[in-house]
Amino acid sequence: MELLITRHVKFQDRRVWLNGIVEHVSEAGSADKLFRSVYRYYDIDYPKFFKMDNLCKLAFLSAEGLLRGTDILQEYPGGEVAIILENASSSLEYDQKHVESIRDQNRYFPSPSVFVYTIPNIMVAEIAIRHKVKGENAVFIFEQFDPGLIYDYVSELFRNQQVSCCLSGWVECYGDHYQSLLFIIEQEDKIKRCKGLQEYVIFDTANMEKLFKGKSL
Amino acid sequence: MIEDLILKLKQEIIDQLQLEGMTPEEMDPEAPLFGEEGLGLDSIDVLELVVLLDKNYGIKIRGPKEGPKIFYSIKTIAEYILNQQKN
Repeated sequence: MELLITRHVKFQDRRVWLNGIVEHVSEAGSADKLFRSVYRYYDIDYPKFFKMDNLCKLAFLSAEGLLRGTDILQEYPGGEVAIILENASSSLEYDQKHVESIRDQNRYFPSPSVFVYTIPNIMVAEIAIRHKVKGENAVFIFEQFDPGLIYDYVSELFRNQQVSCCLSGWVECYGDHYQSLLFIIEQEDKIKRCKGLQEYVIFDTANMEKLFKGKSL
Repeated sequence: MIEDLILKLKQEIIDQLQLEGMTPEEMDPEAPLFGEEGLGLDSIDVLELVVLLDKNYGIKIRGPKEGPKIFYSIKTIAEYILNQQKN
């Protein structure tokens, strides 16, 4: 059973790449301004986006860039689609924001909408809600992108026939430092269509590393 | 007086709930806050409204049964605040 990366999207340095080609460049310097710029560029109508923390905004937009204009997820039952992500800072930015809101006992007003973003898995939830994904999901925290873990974990999910499709990659955001690489993994023998992408990428650690570092395949 | 409070509440709700692109003028004070007819707020938003009443007006919502009536619309929130302030 050969597993393939059939689409990949990357956010880094004010740019958005789709399948290795720059799709959008923002003049905005800050993470928040970039995300708003991409939201407008994608022409999305999803008011809840503005309530998300930046980590979720990045995950949401990465999934949006990956899936918009395609019907990939419609071809799989929601329960057979997994989301497996990694990052380094977890939900640290909102963890700190929450701590600030409860530091002063005389002004003790923890915000529910801040607290809800104090786990990194919420970025998986935001993607899952938007795209009706109901399969296995996990977020792993590593200092650096670890394609080996993704390879082992996702391969096992496919081997056990728990999933037919997987969104996976790296979604990292802390302050104005952001970087995402999100890709779709499908089984070669189950791929029924090919829209605009002529060359698939073999799902292995070397190729994930190359995609992450922006090297040509 | 209730009109002034409603206007104030509208802006506070926009800020607290981060209702991007929404203006006070667009908000119907009698429209339901939850569900597709109104602002489409969710369960986290109602918790934010509970915090807003506590933080800005010193009003604590004690019983969960009160919630649906108090938070039905901006006007019902305003009426509740005025009623609590009288007492």
